[in-house]
Order: sequence, then structure tokens, then C-alpha cells
Amino acid sequence: MSVAFDEKVHKTLADANLQLAIYRATGRLIDHRKHAVAATALPDYQELRTQANALKRHTIEHLDHYLEQFEANLTAHGGKAIYCQDATEVADFVLGLAKERGAHLIVKSKSMTTEEIDLNERLEHHNLESVETDLGEYILQLAHQRPYHIVAPALHLTRYDVGDLFARTLGVANETVVERQALIARAVLRQKFLAADIGISGANFLVADSGAVLLVENEGNARLTTSAPKIHIAVAGIEKLIPRAQDLAVFLKLLGRSATGQALTVYTSFLSGPRRAGEIDGPEEFYVVLLDNGRTKLLADPGKRESLYCIRCGACLNHCPVYRKIGGHSFPWVYSGPIGAIITPQFMGIEHEPSLPFASSLCGACAEVCPVKIDIPKVLLELRAEVKQAEERKGANRLERLAFKIWAWVMCHPRIYEMAAMAAASVAPAENGKWLRSAPAVMNLPPVRAWLSQRDLPPAPAKSFRELWRKR
Amino acid sequence: MAKRVSIFVTCIVDQLFPKVGLAMADVLERLGYEVDFPEDQTCCGQPAFNTGYRQEACQVARHFLKVFRDSEYVVVPSGSCTSMIAHHFHDLFPADEAAGDLRAADALAPRVWEFSKFVLEVAGVDDVGARLQDVVTYHDSCHALREFGIRDGPRRLLANVRGLELREMDAAEECCGFGGTFSIKFPEISGGMAGTKIDSIVRTGAQTVVSVDSSCLMQIQGALSRAALPVRTMHLAEVLASR
Amino acid sequence: MSREATLNKVRTALGRSAGQGIAAPPPVRLRVEAHLEAHLEAHLEAIGMEARIASMLRAVEALAGKSRRAATGEDARSYVGAVLDGRSAVASNAPFLRECGVVDLAGVQSGFTDAAALRALCATAEVGITSADYALADTGTLVMLASPAEARLISLLPPVHIAVVPKERVLSGLDELFTILPHPAAQTSSMVLITGPSRTADIEQILVRGVHGPGEIHVVVVG
Repeated sequence: MSVAFDEKVHKTLADANLQLAIYRATGRLIDHRKHAVAATALPDYQELRTQANALKRHTIEHLDHYLEQFEANLTAHGGKAIYCQDATEVADFVLGLAKERGAHLIVKSKSMTTEEIDLNERLEHHNLESVETDLGEYILQLAHQRPYHIVAPALHLTRYDVGDLFARTLGVANETVVERQALIARAVLRQKFLAADIGISGANFLVADSGAVLLVENEGNARLTTSAPKIHIAVAGIEKLIPRAQDLAVFLKLLGRSATGQALTVYTSFLSGPRRAGEIDGPEEFYVVLLDNGRTKLLADPGKRESLYCIRCGACLNHCPVYRKIGGHSFPWVYSGPIGAIITPQFMGIEHEPSLPFASSLCGACAEVCPVKIDIPKVLLELRAEVKQAEERKGANRLERLAFKIWAWVMCHPRIYEMAAMAAASVAPAENGKWLRSAPAVMNLPPVRAWLSQRDLPPAPAKSFRELWRKR
Repeated sequence: MAKRVSIFVTCIVDQLFPKVGLAMADVLERLGYEVDFPEDQTCCGQPAFNTGYRQEACQVARHFLKVFRDSEYVVVPSGSCTSMIAHHFHDLFPADEAAGDLRAADALAPRVWEFSKFVLEVAGVDDVGARLQDVVTYHDSCHALREFGIRDGPRRLLANVRGLELREMDAAEECCGFGGTFSIKFPEISGGMAGTKIDSIVRTGAQTVVSVDSSCLMQIQGALSRAALPVRTMHLAEVLASR
Repeated sequence: MSREATLNKVRTALGRSAGQGIAAPPPVRLRVEAHLEAHLEAHLEAIGMEARIASMLRAVEALAGKSRRAATGEDARSYVGAVLDGRSAVASNAPFLRECGVVDLAGVQSGFTDAAALRALCATAEVGITSADYALADTGTLVMLASPAEARLISLLPPVHIAVVPKERVLSGLDELFTILPHPAAQTSSMVLITGPSRTADIEQILVRGVHGPGEIHVVVVG
């Protein structure tokens, strides 16, 4: 267990206000989703999940075909596909284009993919201003913080935090009324939209048969980002592909409802290329960055490939009892919650944070709500096995391995098991059936101490079940 | 002629909560079954499997298959152990396994039943004639709920217990925080989750928490006891055995 | 070259070779209200249409938008005039708006084909008026395709958006949209689905409207 992870977890658990904020915000999203996918609201919810899973499975299994089809259609409509293997290539492309076009101001709409590659940081110091325009992301940019949640990035901040932040960074009076804070941001960002040279967005889906990018949002900042500037760059992981426009009839019914409980988000933009002849406005240049950045690694593992089906709805975060306690910033990467727990080790290598796959009670709430039916607990279990295999190879964690070897041997020898159990019961205090606040020295091993740090231990019964059964 | 069922009581019931096993046997006998307890049973292997030690889990699973090879029904007072046997044994044995373990595991899977599901679907009974004067709340154990759809069943059974009032807690379906070794690898998080659960329990005013999994009840009772709260825990089998 | 490198890595990961074919994608069954054949009773079709319009208007209201059923273009014009209440407006080049006489209302400027001029006006106008290519009854959604008739920014920059839509364009929902328009990219660079006024809840989950798109929308269904 890494010290950094433990410290962050401890800090979050100790912050009562933060605990409440996380619990309330996720609780609300849980409720909204529940109503939106109820049988009365969406009778074929389960069928849609099955369809979505099948569509994603098919696309991922044939990803090269769909990448090429997407590229061909994008090009046919006047756009350009830019394949990038990593973060540096994306930054180089954007910087190169900006330089060529004499661009100085970039507006960005919310994109976890650009967070993943630290795009804003990479664009700094190049005489380029890159401004986040989603209200939550704008706030985080000013605060130099990472998103707390895939869909609700500033979940952890209060209006007072925002008031202080705006006063400090924008030189405005300290305003704590949320509506007025939003208007302050609106005014600042409006100027940016209208003056920007380049708009950078993410992509919720890439539609192969159309060469189109699909964007969902509630604010309108993505529409402005992709309509006002002369150049639009969409940055998308290669796994965002779906085969046909009509497949959106499945995915759009699941995404909004799973994320925020909305049947559809306020704006859904289907963008295929720069403005056509006769169209009055819209960008003159349209680029879609197709990013690998390790996705081909996940693709290579058939047992865990389904991790790439994710449509970034955030439902798994909202329903995860662990996320609801430790929050987004306890996770080592930009992707948090259950999806973060399964893709981080696959992207970064299991040595990056080897305890991450274990930081789950395997309750399965995530898998239950995942709109594309990723079996997250199954992937977590596979990752756990991989961690233990790696430890064995390196000769690490010998004591635990030995303990489980002995345990397994005992469990395969019933009479030994009975003797061991009786021996353990003899040193455990019974104390008239009361639960134990502490353990006698002989029992005070680390696992017992860990248990006792949080709750009482059950007393050992006078006789085990099998002893009682024999007497029955 | 009585039908025969084998019971797999689970290691935690065997060693820490034997009354659960006895209660389950009582109820099954009252329903007309002859109860067999294969003495060589030990564990389903879940602790090793969940911690990533698949080989060790495989060994224990193999032993389990031997013990219960001839059982027509294996009734288990735990959703998580039932899930391990019925769903995950399959993942433990390679497909080309010469010893036929994979086949044995797949053949056994449909014969393994979580206790409440067995009562309702095999015995076909939702009223076992139990009586318990109490105000209870029900905790949905994760594996039972999500792997077997066990939600309405226990509530139906509880509804038919004379003298029992069932109150729903708002966080019934939230994990109690046990998660096997999770509870000791991440004690603070586990404890935090238990805290949320017991707050929810206390809000119902119930005197007893019921669930179908003793590991959940151990976590919840441990937290209740630490918080010096007078709420007790009972396994569904114990409730149904009450007269 | 990164294109080749990426595609090669993808193929290697999947065990596929260049140019290898694929199985057909899983079918998606789009469920559309039974399209009434021509020989069926006209009044049944009218009931279906009425139900759809009612659903559309209800859905818009549920999203805190304002909806209006206008019997004629003239009624629509009156309503828009009342909403405008003397404010400045920019209207799209949609022929339907001209038919309804909306573009003749005081304070309304339209007929723009120059991007810069249109943007400048959209940035200062208090109201943006458009028609819509389709509307989706179940979600209260406007479907707007960018075209010479409809610019993008009119429904986006001004703080108020009014859409005037003939009733025939009201579809049942997404399934019907993708049935009649399976290839939006063939027609336009931008198809936008607008479902209610712009909103954000990024600060303490408190709902604020009108950041950054229009915070007030009106949907007028005509006919």
C-alpha cells in the first residue's frame, strides 16, 4: 500500500465537510439516475445495456476497420484525422498548428482525454493561452487542481472556495452567491469564445460511418468552443468509436440518464467536418486527434479489453461506496472511481499503485449500473491475481504468500483444520459472548489489529458448529 | 420420503457463528428435508481468490468439489460463498483440465443454493411458521443482491414472521464495507463504510439487523458494538428458526 | 508515421491483418411509431400527431422552457412579438420564419449570410429566433441542422432562444430521427439537439441557467 494513497485516503476520511459534500453530490446523482432508468421512464433499459455492450464489443474487436472508416468519412467531409501515439505528439500537433496559424488563444471544452495528457500544461509557455470553458473545469484551472469526478469536476469545492478563488485570480469582489459566480465566469468566458483562434474539445463518441464527433454537454460551452473559433480540434481516445450514426439511438438513451438522470443533456452536437459550402458559420478547419496513449495495450488483453467500452458516464463513481468515502483526488490518475481503478493499472502498469485493485469490497454496484456492462469486479479480480503473480516473481510480500499457502493446505486437510480452529479458539477470549475491543497479545497480529482499529471482534463461541452438530 | 440436502455452513459460521448453521438446519428439517453435514468441508476458497491467490483458491476449491461431489443440493447461509462456488469456481480451473474439475464445478454450480433462495424456490415456501417479536431492518448483502437477485425473497420471508416489524433503511443496498481482506487492508475505508451503514440502521429505530451473510453481520455488529449501540444482528436463518 | 504505428498496434493487439473484413455490426432496432400507411384512417394519424405535439410541449415545460401551440403563422408571430417586447433580435434565414411573418417584427434582423456580421449581431442581440428541422416529442428536443437557412450561433449566443416549428416536423423521438435521417453527415457539418435551456450545476450542485447558452427558450409549434 503506497503511503501517498493512504495519506490521501486518511485526509479525505477525516474531512467531515468533504465527506458530506461527496456523499450528497453522489447521492443526488444516484437518485436522478434511478428515476431516469426506472421501468416507467425507460422500459427497455436492460435491453439497451445489452445492445450497447454488444456494439462496443463489436467495435473494439474490429477497431482498425472502424478507425479507417472514420478517417475516410472525416476526410471526405473536409476534416483531417491526426493519429497521435502519446501526449507529446498531441501537444506537438496543437503547437505546430497554432504557430502556423498565428494562434494565441485557445478555448477548451471539458475533456477527460485532454486531462489525461496534461494538454493545458503542455501548451503553457508557448505564447498560447488555453482557457477551460466548462464552469467546473474553469474553476479547477484557476485553482490548479485536477477534476474530482468524471462528470462533476468541482464536486469538492464550496461556493466560498469559489468566491475566494475568483477574488484572488480574477480581481473581482468576493461573491458567494452561486448564480452571480456563474455570471462572472460567463462574462469572462464569453470574451474568450469570441476572440479564440482555436477551439479544442473532446469527443463522447466518434461515429465511423459519418466521420463525425458527438459531444454532449449542458452549458453550451462545447457548442461555442466548436462553433465560434475558425479551427476546431477534437481530441479523442481511439476507443470512442461506434459504427453508425443510428447507434447513437442506443448510446444517447443511456449516457445522460446514467450520468445525471437526464433523458438527453441540453446540447448534443453531431459534428462532421468544417462548415460546408453555403453554411453561414462554423469552423473552417476541423481536426480529430485519434489518441492511443496506451489504449492499444489494453486492447491486447482479451480478458480486460472490455475496460475500453467505457463511455465516461460516471455512474460507477457515484455508486461506489469506496469512491463515496475517499473521493476523486485519492486516486493516482485523472480517472477515478471503479473505472479508474481498472484502467490505471493497465495504462500505467500494476507497479504504479499495486494496492489500487484491492481498494474495493467487490460489492458490484459499479457493474450493476454500468451502461455498457463492463464487469468491473471481474477485471479487478484479474488485476489482483496479476499483482500477486508479480509479487511472487519478485519475491515480494513473502509472509502473506506463505500465510495463504499454509491456509490453503490447512483447508484441504479437514482434521488439521479442526485442530487449528480449536487451537485458535482456545487463545481467543470468550467473555460471555460480548464482542472484543482488544485482543490478547498472542492474537495481536497485524490483521487482527487492523480489524480492531475500526470495530470490535466477535468472541469465540464455546463450541464450533461441527462440534455442536456432532452432539445434536 | 424426505429429500436430502447437504449444508455447507461456511468457515465463518463453523468457527464464529455456529448458531446460524444450527438455525439453518432446523429450518430445513422443519421443511421436511434430511440435512447432511459432510464433515470434511472447510472453506470455499474465497479469501484466497479475492486476494489474488488463484492457485491456493484452486486447491481449496478442488477439495470442496470432492466433499460435495455427490450432493443433490448444497445449501449455504451466505451469498458470497455461494457466488464463489457457483460463479467463480469456473474461473479457477483451466479448460483443458485433465482431472475434470471444470466439468465438476460447472455440474455442481446449479445445485448450490443460497439459503433463502432454496427455501423460496426449491422448498417453494415463503412462510416457515416463524415467530419473533422484534423491529428489524434488512441489509442487502452485495453478492446475494447483485449476483443472485436476492432482494424481495428475504423480505417476503420476514414479512411472514409473526410479531416482526420490518423497517427499510435508506442505505439497504450499500455495501457494509467487509469485502473480505478489504476490511483489513483498508481498515479506515472499511470502517467508514460500516459507519455509514450503522447510521442508516440507527435512523430506522430497529433493534435488530438481519441479512443473509454472516460476514456482513460480523462487520456490522463489530461496528455497532464499537459504537456501543444496543442494536443486535441476526442471520435470516436465525430469524426463521425462531418460534 | 503515427497513423501506421497506431493502426499496426491495433491490428497486432487484435490479431487482425490490414484490410481484413469484419462481421456485420449488431443490428439496432429503431422503434418508431407505426407509420400509418396511406390507406389507413386519416384521423388516426391526426390523433398520433396531436399526442406527439402535446408530449413535445409538456416536455419543454418540464425542462423549464416555455412552449406554445400556435394555430397559425399569424398566432406564432403574435406570440413571438409578445416575447420580444421591444428587445433586439436576430432571426435565421429559415423560410418558415418568413412565412409566419416573424422576420417582419420590429427589432428583428435577419437575412445574414456573412459569418462575421452575423456573429457580431448574435453577440449583442437579446433574442435569437430560429425554426428547427425536427423536434423530438418524448424529450422536448429541437433538432437543428446547420445550413444556409440556419446558422449555428443564433440559437447559442443570445440569452433567449425562440424556435418556431411547423407541427409536421415533430417526431416521436431519437429512434424516428435516426430512421428518417440515418446520415446527418451527408447533409450538414453540424446537427445539434437542443433539450431545454442551458444549465450548469458545477458549484455545489446548485442549478444555474444560461451559462453559456440561452437561459430562456421558447418552443412554438405551429399548426
